[in-house]
Amino acid sequence: MTAATKSKRSEPPPAAKWTHRHLLGLEDVSADEIRLVLDHARHFKEVSTRDIKKVPALRGKTVVNLFFEASTRTRTSFEVAAKRLSADVLNITASGSSVTKGETLIDTVHTLEAYRIDILVMRHAASGAPHFLSRHCTSRIVNAGDGMHEHPTQALLDLFTMQERGKSFDGLKVAIIGDIIHSRVARSDILGLNKLGAHIVLCGPPTLVPKRFEEFGAQRTTRLDEALDGADVVYCLRMQFERQQANFLPSVDEYVRLFGVTAERLKRAKPDAIVMHPGPLNRGIELTSEVADSARSAVLDQVTNGVAVRMAVLFLLAGVN
Amino acid sequence: MKRNGTCLITGGRVIDPSQNLDTHADVLIRDGRVAEIGKGLKADKAATLDASGCVVAPGLIDMHVHLREPGFEYKEDIASGTRAAAHGGFTSVACMPNTNPVIDTPGVIDLICMRAEEAGVVNVFCIGAISTGLEGKDIANIGLLVEAGAVAVSDDGKGSQDNYVLRRALDYAKMFGVPYISHAEDKRLAADGVMHEGHYSTLLGLSGIPSASEEIHVARNAILAELTGTPCHIAHISSAGSVRIVREAKARGVPITAEVTPHHFALTDACITTYDANFKMNPPLRSEDDRQALLDGLRDGTIDCIVTDHAPHSWSEKQVEFPYAAFGVIGLETALSVACNELLHKGVLDLRGLIDRLTCAPAHILNLNTKGSLRKGVDGDVTVFDPDAETTVNADTFASKSRNTPFNGWKLKGAPVATVVAGHVVWNARAASKAEA
Ligand SMILES: [Zn+2]
Repeated sequence: MTAATKSKRSEPPPAAKWTHRHLLGLEDVSADEIRLVLDHARHFKEVSTRDIKKVPALRGKTVVNLFFEASTRTRTSFEVAAKRLSADVLNITASGSSVTKGETLIDTVHTLEAYRIDILVMRHAASGAPHFLSRHCTSRIVNAGDGMHEHPTQALLDLFTMQERGKSFDGLKVAIIGDIIHSRVARSDILGLNKLGAHIVLCGPPTLVPKRFEEFGAQRTTRLDEALDGADVVYCLRMQFERQQANFLPSVDEYVRLFGVTAERLKRAKPDAIVMHPGPLNRGIELTSEVADSARSAVLDQVTNGVAVRMAVLFLLAGVN
Repeated sequence: MKRNGTCLITGGRVIDPSQNLDTHADVLIRDGRVAEIGKGLKADKAATLDASGCVVAPGLIDMHVHLREPGFEYKEDIASGTRAAAHGGFTSVACMPNTNPVIDTPGVIDLICMRAEEAGVVNVFCIGAISTGLEGKDIANIGLLVEAGAVAVSDDGKGSQDNYVLRRALDYAKMFGVPYISHAEDKRLAADGVMHEGHYSTLLGLSGIPSASEEIHVARNAILAELTGTPCHIAHISSAGSVRIVREAKARGVPITAEVTPHHFALTDACITTYDANFKMNPPLRSEDDRQALLDGLRDGTIDCIVTDHAPHSWSEKQVEFPYAAFGVIGLETALSVACNELLHKGVLDLRGLIDRLTCAPAHILNLNTKGSLRKGVDGDVTVFDPDAETTVNADTFASKSRNTPFNGWKLKGAPVATVVAGHVVWNARAASKAEA
């Protein structure tokens, strides 16, 4: 993940093959493999525009959404994706930690596997939980967010949305603003964008954007104007206010003053710059409603594209032996 | 535990740093004590141990283990823990006070001594709590603990978080001549960290424990050791900054010493990329730069001794998501092999230096006058090891009740061969393998 490993290619991908049993993160996914997912997503997005929004690709397969952390948006997106591929879907929302109930994660998954499931979509509060599980299970795992680590399908849908909005990645300036250190979205986006050759600027207070991130091929600034200058993509992260108690920030007011994206400040970005946000957004905090509802905003595209990208991922994983 | 054994160890290379000895000779232990070292010794009715091709050293001392008894016998107990020690070549261990109940009353020490007498395979020394219940609020009855046999006082597992209480405790402990063993960690700075704060914690999205959380306490301990004059021993030192602070304090004559574990000098935070909880410990595995500083500290004597911080945990406490897993790894049965492989064969220490850090140094720190040496008249504890034997770590064969080792499957050069406690051969690899054949 150093600058040296950054791919600078911009030509169309060769016929890359998807070989991973699991999608645990973007760390070990190559640039060509990312392009492969995006190509498939383009095809599957077309399916969603049809009258009958269904293809038989995963007929007879069972996809389980195993969510140890509530997330209606991500869970629904995966559910819609799996159903459009004709898979059977099971939603399991485990309340609280299974460990406290005396049942380990391994036990939980072995029980599920006894039903002969095929793909496990997993959201977990612990970083590395799907990696740990991948050593103990036979089904395919899709990481739908693990702690502060990765959220690969979010990053893939972000990349897809940028591409759809006419951005080519080589040299693309992407400003990512907000709580980077706790964000699995930011981590996956940095990894993915880096592999595709984009130029990443991280922006936020040093408590939330530690210097260490420069080791991952990203530039870092504490000045929003500097981050926005000439940006092609402005990516605002959701502020998680429960972290206030941990003294990462003095106040919401100060955050808005220093890092809130307004139409006025956005003038520094390229005229055709787009604004993105993984949702749900805090209007008036990360960005103003004016920005959120403008033509520049790609927030709803991100939601739509999430289904297409997740269809692509489920399809590719199901095809691996 | 049987005492007063008689045994003749023949044909080995005897290395005893305490008397500057490095010679090919036999060692005779009579009635539990070292009787004679010389060539061609004979002894009637003595068990004979063939040490040809091996090094014969004073019995290894591990001054930092968790035997888990009383309170957590499902992880380890005195019988299994001391058996593991014997398999690893250790003849003495000192157990930390974070048991349940905590070792903060003479009664708990009596219990451990009694159990060690009944079921122990090697010598067990107790380390008392420095504060009641290890809570860091009130000074423990250090006098009574020392009277019952405590060889040091420690806050291991917690770290003294209140500087005022620690200052008073150190002032008080001075009259008993025991060292304070510090688990150097500022808990507020460590926060909810589960691994070293650095490149890999950032990559893996795991909360980090900054080196500063250790270094602040190491610096504080040096300052308070200087103020009170009570010797302060830094447990499981892990960072380059800590090594530097200890080095500087020692140069000024502050009574401070330090220990390092095999996992900290052999491994780094890069090992955690698979989220395997067998690499989760506190202090955490740090960066390669830190590891190099630990090796430098061993080389120049800033780090006095090698300990295991043997911390057994059950399967279910480790086979969970990394952030939820218990901190700590076992080490008694791998320490000598890892030390030979990483220090001896990589030129960090020579045999004498290695043995010194596993015998004389810990004996000196804990004031164990009859241990860590092969001088005539001292306790007849001997470790025989083959520094060149090739071995593969197999946790399934461990005597410990737990399996939480980061070294499983490692091929290592150097292995313990036999362990002699008070003249009794309590473990012999060659006999064991013959029995299997
Ligand atoms: Zn400790």
